[in-house]
Amino acid sequence: MNFALPMKHNRGKALVTHAVLMTYTLIALFPIFVVIINSFKTRKAIFNDPLALPTAETFSLVGFEEVLLRSEFGLFFSNSLIVSVVSIFFVLLLGAMMAWALTEYSFKGNMLIGILVAMGIMIPIRLGTVSILELMSNLHLVNTLWALIFVYIAQGLPLAVYILSEFIKQVPKELKEAARCDGVSEIKIFFTIILPLIRPAMATVAVFTMIPIWNDLWFPLILAPSDGNQTITLGVQQFIGQYVTDWNSVLASLTLAIVPVLILYMIFSRQLIRGLTSGAVK
Amino acid sequence: MTTIRAKKAFPWHIIFFLGPGLLIYLTVSVYPLLDTLRLSLYNEEYNGDLTFTGLSNFSKLLFDVVWSDPFWNATWNNLKFFVVHMLIQNPIGLLLAVLLSSPKLRMRNSYRTLIFLPTMLSVVIIGFVWQLLLSPLWGITENFMWDIGLGNYFDAWLGKESSALFTLSLISVWQFVGLPMMLIYAALLSIPDELIDASVVDGSSAWQTFYNIKLPLIMPTIGMVSILTFVANFNAFELIYTVKGALAGPNFSTDIMGTLFYRTFFGFQLQEGSLTMGAAVATLMFLVILVGVALYLFLFQRRVQRFAL
Repeated sequence: MNFALPMKHNRGKALVTHAVLMTYTLIALFPIFVVIINSFKTRKAIFNDPLALPTAETFSLVGFEEVLLRSEFGLFFSNSLIVSVVSIFFVLLLGAMMAWALTEYSFKGNMLIGILVAMGIMIPIRLGTVSILELMSNLHLVNTLWALIFVYIAQGLPLAVYILSEFIKQVPKELKEAARCDGVSEIKIFFTIILPLIRPAMATVAVFTMIPIWNDLWFPLILAPSDGNQTITLGVQQFIGQYVTDWNSVLASLTLAIVPVLILYMIFSRQLIRGLTSGAVK
Repeated sequence: MTTIRAKKAFPWHIIFFLGPGLLIYLTVSVYPLLDTLRLSLYNEEYNGDLTFTGLSNFSKLLFDVVWSDPFWNATWNNLKFFVVHMLIQNPIGLLLAVLLSSPKLRMRNSYRTLIFLPTMLSVVIIGFVWQLLLSPLWGITENFMWDIGLGNYFDAWLGKESSALFTLSLISVWQFVGLPMMLIYAALLSIPDELIDASVVDGSSAWQTFYNIKLPLIMPTIGMVSILTFVANFNAFELIYTVKGALAGPNFSTDIMGTLFYRTFFGFQLQEGSLTMGAAVATLMFLVILVGVALYLFLFQRRVQRFAL
């Protein structure tokens, strides 16, 4: 057989593959790149040459100064952080407990509860907004971070239960039975044996829970729109709506919202992509 | 073993494990949804009292011109929004996934990570970023189009009734193309090498191998991507609200069900908000999503099962 021809053919193919992928990577990154570089430039430079990197002459932090002066960016950021961290903590803990109960014990209603929880993966919690607002106002939680935290726990639980169940099923029977023979209580078995074993899966669930919470506009807009309870996404939306003509501030606030996510993504992208591609979410 | 145990004593431990999570899920997710369905059958009086009116909210939404014009407009627009995603986002995702899965590809991880990046960012941020880039005031897109000789075709797309919805759909496609790419890529990786080798040995071309071997095997994933796209699209709100506001201008040409729901519930300049009409819109959205999911389960889950590995 003649191998020279297919080799040449393959090299051509590889070249085309790289060209397409590189082009698309550029398309994906370019808009974000343009916004970030221009947030560090003077107003004049933003308009004169939008594609140039900031130089010593055009460098300016005026946008950032304005944003930090005129809005409570730090507060919004910490609101988002509190809401995300508390919600994720409870989604992981309660989700793992539910997954364990549903996979380990057979009891009446097990199947029904399983289906009810699974439906939450497909049916968006938003559709219940009218009654959620009523509920939260009856509980006097409107305009508090707690309203958001409760909604996000309920929103995150179905997928968490589903993914964690898959992992709990893989825990070898012998481990549990050995502990039971030694008279260890069910609760202790869960917390000392099961929880540590499913930690890698919990990291995946944490990332999947975090993204929609951090990026959500709908519930902050409806449940906690003011009084310094805005999350970062809502805060940016309101700020830009107000200062829409101040290009320096707009670009700077976008950059401030993008950069933390970029940093987190760089750290956790492995985890996230492994979760997406390992078939954990199907 | 556990059943014997359960017979011995009341299973407190099950309550302990299941109780707290289930309580929150039932109170904040299941109950509000059921209550929304209930409220859609009521009418809210001026003093805030609710009276049962059966299906009259729905007949208003579907047939009374004041309500049905915006409703059908939003539904139709939402359908277009979805079709653009199905015809552009998912095929591009498929193409990128196929390219990414080519054997011995260098920089595979970098491509994957970078192309997925926009998906991570908030829709709000993406909306503003594109609003700036497409702005005739700033002129980045316009200059670029002049550079490649298409300058005459530039327009303020986001501001025109004829092009705003399509432009917004493309922005959304741009942001979320990483998701189908990643899921299909994973499905492609899980195809056993022997199958591919066998096909190649039998003399199939790359295209034949893809069409006859790989495509049927990734069909379940394509079905899943489709239903995920469907649910996300018929539930979308943020992008339109960020770029065009709650009025989904110009002249409601970008109005979709999510923005209609928001306006109906909270009201706007021309119309007072209504709890019960809002609930009715949400109920219809629920039905649309339910029909989509049922169709998916019926068509895909059943038909492709025989291909499952």
